[in-house]
Amino acid sequence: MIQHFDMSLVDWSRGQFALTALYHWLFVPLTLGLSFIIAIMETIYVKTGDPVWKKITKFWMTIFGINFAIGVATGIILEFEFGTNWSKYSWFVGDIFGAPLAIEGILAFFMESTFIAVMFFGWEKVSKKFHLASTWLTAIGSNLSAMWILIANAWMQNPVGMHFNPDTARNEMLSFGDVVFSPTAVNKFLHTVTQGYVLASIVVLAISAWFLLKNREVLFAKRSMVVGSVFGLIGIIMVIYTGDGSARQVSKTQPMKFASMEALYEGQSHAPLVAFGIMGKQEENMPGKHPFPLRIEIPGMLSYLADHNSGTYVPGIKDLIYGNKEHNILSLDEKAERGSVAIQTLKELRDAKTTDPEKYKELRAKFEDPQWMKNYFSFFGYGYYKGEKPSTLLPNVSMTFYSFHLMVLLGFFFLLVLLLALIWSIKDRLAGKKWFLWVLIWTAPLAYLATELGWLVAEIGRQPWVIQNLMPNLAAVSNISATTVQITFWMFAVTFTILAIAELKIMFRQIGLGPKEGGH
Amino acid sequence: MTASVSYLFLQHYWWVIGALLASLLVFLMFVQGGQTFILGLGKKDAEKTMIVSALGRKWEFTFTTLVTFGGAMFASFPLFYATSFGGAYWVWMTILFSFIIQAVAYEFRSKPSNFLGAKTYEVFLFANGLIGPLLIGAAVATFFTGSAFRLDEMNHVIWQSPWKGLEAVANPINVSLGLAVLFLTRILGLLYLMNTIDDPELNERARKKLLANTIVFLVFFLTFVIWMVLAKGYAYDPDTKNVFMEPFKYLHNLLQMPVVLVIFLVGVVLVLWGLFLALFKGSNNAIWHTGIGTVLTVFALFLVVGFHHTAFYPSSYDLQSSLTIENASSSYFTLKVMAWVSILVPFVLAYIWYAWKAINVKKITKEEVTAAGETHMY
Ligand code: HDD
Ligand code: HEM
Ligand code: HEM
Repeated sequence: MIQHFDMSLVDWSRGQFALTALYHWLFVPLTLGLSFIIAIMETIYVKTGDPVWKKITKFWMTIFGINFAIGVATGIILEFEFGTNWSKYSWFVGDIFGAPLAIEGILAFFMESTFIAVMFFGWEKVSKKFHLASTWLTAIGSNLSAMWILIANAWMQNPVGMHFNPDTARNEMLSFGDVVFSPTAVNKFLHTVTQGYVLASIVVLAISAWFLLKNREVLFAKRSMVVGSVFGLIGIIMVIYTGDGSARQVSKTQPMKFASMEALYEGQSHAPLVAFGIMGKQEENMPGKHPFPLRIEIPGMLSYLADHNSGTYVPGIKDLIYGNKEHNILSLDEKAERGSVAIQTLKELRDAKTTDPEKYKELRAKFEDPQWMKNYFSFFGYGYYKGEKPSTLLPNVSMTFYSFHLMVLLGFFFLLVLLLALIWSIKDRLAGKKWFLWVLIWTAPLAYLATELGWLVAEIGRQPWVIQNLMPNLAAVSNISATTVQITFWMFAVTFTILAIAELKIMFRQIGLGPKEGGH
Repeated sequence: MTASVSYLFLQHYWWVIGALLASLLVFLMFVQGGQTFILGLGKKDAEKTMIVSALGRKWEFTFTTLVTFGGAMFASFPLFYATSFGGAYWVWMTILFSFIIQAVAYEFRSKPSNFLGAKTYEVFLFANGLIGPLLIGAAVATFFTGSAFRLDEMNHVIWQSPWKGLEAVANPINVSLGLAVLFLTRILGLLYLMNTIDDPELNERARKKLLANTIVFLVFFLTFVIWMVLAKGYAYDPDTKNVFMEPFKYLHNLLQMPVVLVIFLVGVVLVLWGLFLALFKGSNNAIWHTGIGTVLTVFALFLVVGFHHTAFYPSSYDLQSSLTIENASSSYFTLKVMAWVSILVPFVLAYIWYAWKAINVKKITKEEVTAAGETHMY
């Protein structure tokens, strides 16, 4: 069936979305965390009246402003890309997916952009209290905007709270609460914003470390570091906790992603967790299987991660492809067969609608029958892959595996770094530890790496689904030519790269100028 | 909002919200209009900085309104979102692209080591000021003139022109509305600058530019309005939903919805009244009259094209593929949930108003922009 689709169009559209999202995401996590760090600093200023704290607040605000502008620039294109490049998707799910996006605009973006204006331009014009409130509201606004878009994303990974309307051939919302409070959404939101706090804290620590190394602005740097390390340490503990929660959700709703994250080929109970591993080339005729020349395992840990019970059976890629009767897992062929029954039934229903009311009624009843929906409709998306090789339904296993492992490894590394930073900054020993200051500086790019890796796990691991089990990417894409998308892809690649270079140059210059001449 | 609220009512309600956002957007594009003067109006550096600062305090707001308009249309009329954005790909991409370069320009322009140089960022602002209103105006005109597309049996759009929407500018009526919007935003930009900046010399220079822009605006606006009242429009039968061409459709809509006609006329009069005050009475506060007039006029135009059994996103290629507020909307449930959310809108407007007033108490002066120090400067 997939030969009917222009796969190069699908790939370029994916590429364009990935490119613009990864760029947007270079700037967003810093906004999420730094906005709160600034609010904390300004609160201390208002409480103590100490002008040094004002200077500290203003310096970090400058950094925030530069980063924010380019975050906004890269965000607008994402919002409209659902329509321009994934228009079939937009129609299929607009009923559900559009709502959080609209609420994000109405509630969060306006809050953010209104109070950011007060924050930047209001120092001399409004009272201290009002200014402080605006700074907090900017932080809350930016985190709220993250919340709504992450709810939308979580719904694609775990579609809940809706039913399918065969007359309009799309999904319609049944329960807003189910969409908003799905466990996938809750974990995703908490994991994503708290990792933003970690990243921002690490950036604050890195820049402050640089000042200490230069022996400039010592008081400014030390105070910033106390705030950064406390906030960061709380953040990283939450990150690890919610990361564990996310993994559990993935194991329940996206078993193929879960198996890919661990490159687990044969399912097992007491499945071990690969703490460290290097993969070999994929084995021929065994899609998704890679030999491991090197691997260090923690016995039973993966099963524990999936269910907090080390005896739990974790299906492997092989089970998910070929099925496993014992554990009640259907093969891909079987799912494709059932999915194509669902697709066929929908076609017949639409044909019968005008010509054969009796038949229409009979078919319509199927879509109201929970048993039929569960047995057939829930595999709708697999129908597109009838008769295809299993590899067309596999995500990129090695990319998912490495991204996941590196993210987790970095997570524990950050825990260590932030813990040391807190202890030594409380004891005021940081200035003497040059090596550690260098470690802090080099941790900043690693934080950016970790956060991008996180999205790679989440988004590459769920391929080829745009909506898990219901809509594959090839059915979501707009009717445009691949060349058209290629042109816009390069347009964005060049523009965003130039803008990112400009932002980095401005940022480094502002850091070099230091807090006194910060410009605000 | 109990079950007694009908589906049709909610569809109308959400069209009103969409129309309101669109009309606010056209007004707020005074930022874009102002940007088209960036290379010419300010003679000295301090003047240019005043202009950029005045506009820079408001750009986020216009931008956010555009984004929210997109989100609201996605949620309430997803078939429109999918059809227009997925079909008229190049128009929207061009518009968005101009907003991308705008978003960084204010923050980066005056910062040291900005890589591209201040001039480039000013060109970005100018380009956005030109392209944004022109293409948004032309895109809105296609609500009246129609576009060549077809929806397949799954409601997926198949656009007929390889230009993917850019072909809209080959139609003189679309161009007229595009230019009318462009010159309107330029007028609003001048009025806003006169209102915000306390500098007699700059104010007078702005006033001088006002007359020519007003004349051009009126020519194109009247062209469009005259075409509109004479044109055949895309109507549909409320029972069969069959779309057909009706002579004088938009004129009929105005006459049969007197409230809309009144809003439209009051809007136009307010726009002109503001211009009269600014041109002949030396007023610096005309932005209020012309601005509110703009909102009312655009609002009325959207009601004309969306209400009274009119197809608001018509297809000139295949009449029955045209979109109406009935066939393009979200489900009853979603519209209802969203209607609850919309109750918060007045609250949002209230805090925006409050915050704006708080930071606008003082006008922008040369002294402020040349003094080093306290506030964030562009
Ligand atoms: C609300 C939805 C949503 C959200 C919040 C994100 N994405 Fe996403 N992403 C999609 C919705 C989506 C999508 C539209 O569903 C894509 C396009 C095609 C596809 O299969 O999924 C996608 C694809 C996609 C891909 C390509 C995967 C592949 O083709 O193999 C990458 C790398 C990312 N995204 C990365 C990100 C990053 C870095 C994000 C953080 C900002 C992000 N996504 C947020
Ligand atoms: C594909 C999904 C996304 C879309 C459509 C999107 C859209 C946008 C848009 C349109 C803006 C500019 C808003 C304005 O006018 O001020 C923006 C900014 C922002 N977005 Fe996104 N965004 C996406 C992903 C995310 C994610 C995943 C997060 C956080 C978890 C996020 C957090 C933010 C924040 C904090 C801002 C403020 C500006 C900044 O610093 O980047 N966005 N986004
Ligand atoms: C240390 C333990 C960590 C664990 C166990 C963990 C676990 C996970 C899991 C399972 C996912 C996939 C969720 C999904 O596909 O729905 C994920 C996603 C993600 N992770 Fe982590 N993570 C950890 C640390 C980190 C760190 C340190 C960062 C960044 C600084 C980070 C950033 C992200 C991001 C941005 C995502 C994508 C958003 C999402 O899907 O929630 N993670 N993480």
